[in-house]
Amino acid sequence: MSVLKLEEGNFEEVVLKSEGKVLVDFYADWCGPCKMMSPIIDDIANVLEGTVKVGKVNVDNNQELAIKYDVMSIPTIMVFENGKPIKTFIGVTDKNEILDVLK
Amino acid sequence: MLGPAGVTAGLYTKRANLNVLIIYKELSGLEKADVIENYYGFKNGISGEELYKTGIEQAKNLDIDIKKEEVTNIQIGENKNYKVITENGIYHTKTLIFATGNKRNTPKIKGIKEFEGKGISYCAVCDGFFYKNKDIAVLGNGNYAISETNELINIAKHITILTDGKEAPEIRADNVDIDTRKIREVRGNKKIEEIEFEDNSKMKTDGIFVALGVAGSSEFAKKLGIITNKDKIIVNENMETNVPGVYACGDCTGGLLQISKSVYEGTKAGLQAIKYLKKQNEKV
Repeated sequence: MSVLKLEEGNFEEVVLKSEGKVLVDFYADWCGPCKMMSPIIDDIANVLEGTVKVGKVNVDNNQELAIKYDVMSIPTIMVFENGKPIKTFIGVTDKNEILDVLK
Repeated sequence: MLGPAGVTAGLYTKRANLNVLIIYKELSGLEKADVIENYYGFKNGISGEELYKTGIEQAKNLDIDIKKEEVTNIQIGENKNYKVITENGIYHTKTLIFATGNKRNTPKIKGIKEFEGKGISYCAVCDGFFYKNKDIAVLGNGNYAISETNELINIAKHITILTDGKEAPEIRADNVDIDTRKIREVRGNKKIEEIEFEDNSKMKTDGIFVALGVAGSSEFAKKLGIITNKDKIIVNENMETNVPGVYACGDCTGGLLQISKSVYEGTKAGLQAIKYLKKQNEKV
């Protein structure tokens, strides 16, 4: 499963109405650390293919979403379960630390 | 930092005919060590100061360039190059080896820890965007605080540099003020909202950027996207971080705070950097 492009238009459908866990990476193109986080997110999407949805939100294009979830630092990685945020990681985070929450 | 990890990495890379620059600002923990009796080869022990000085002399004898300058920022440039910005200038490099020791500038102000990621930030370039046209503060008074303030000047509406009782730095900009009062605590509900000073007065704020003292590995790790755990840089067995061409060795990677460990890691980091550059050159 590839990494989903999440936007204000599809966030509710893909993340909030999903059963089970969804991983969301808030990022921006100009953000250096986000570029280091990106391959880790891609890797997680591969590892959990078919079990957990993984998506990315570009905060430049989706400021409302960033405000709604109090994203004040990027990368911010949030894990949703049944539509509710259950865990937030701020800054580039180790793959295994995120996988522990998704299992 | 100019300690056994960094100097050893320098020795190996220099002996491989690479251009090496060691930049340091603060003294190594080694220099302060009284007598070292558990390091190989010294039958009567050796003072930290002596071992430290001998190491530097060894580096100088190899013509390794050593500069005492404060690094205030590191940026990822194009073509996998890095830009190291110091108080005196800019250095371009293909690889970086962090040997920055285990010191960390954690503010002891009540509320700072609690609001991390909720208005307390440690990286202007990462988080400045979220404070567009807002009233913010920078906590610190040195070159690093000035550097972080400069990153934010064109984004924020107004910046107050909070020195927390320390001397005011020199900076002139229309939207920057300096407040030298001692801080008692920072407060808020969901996000940071106000700063309370020791004199009972309060100041509203939308965010505080922490930039105390001299920036070290944890600050630069945040800017470059290096994975850390409790402010220690995470490396693999080759001293590689998750960022290509960036290595870490010595106390900044955690574990035993021992010279032998620093020397080993400095060796490994140096050798790995040599390998990396060789590969890069082959690709061209």
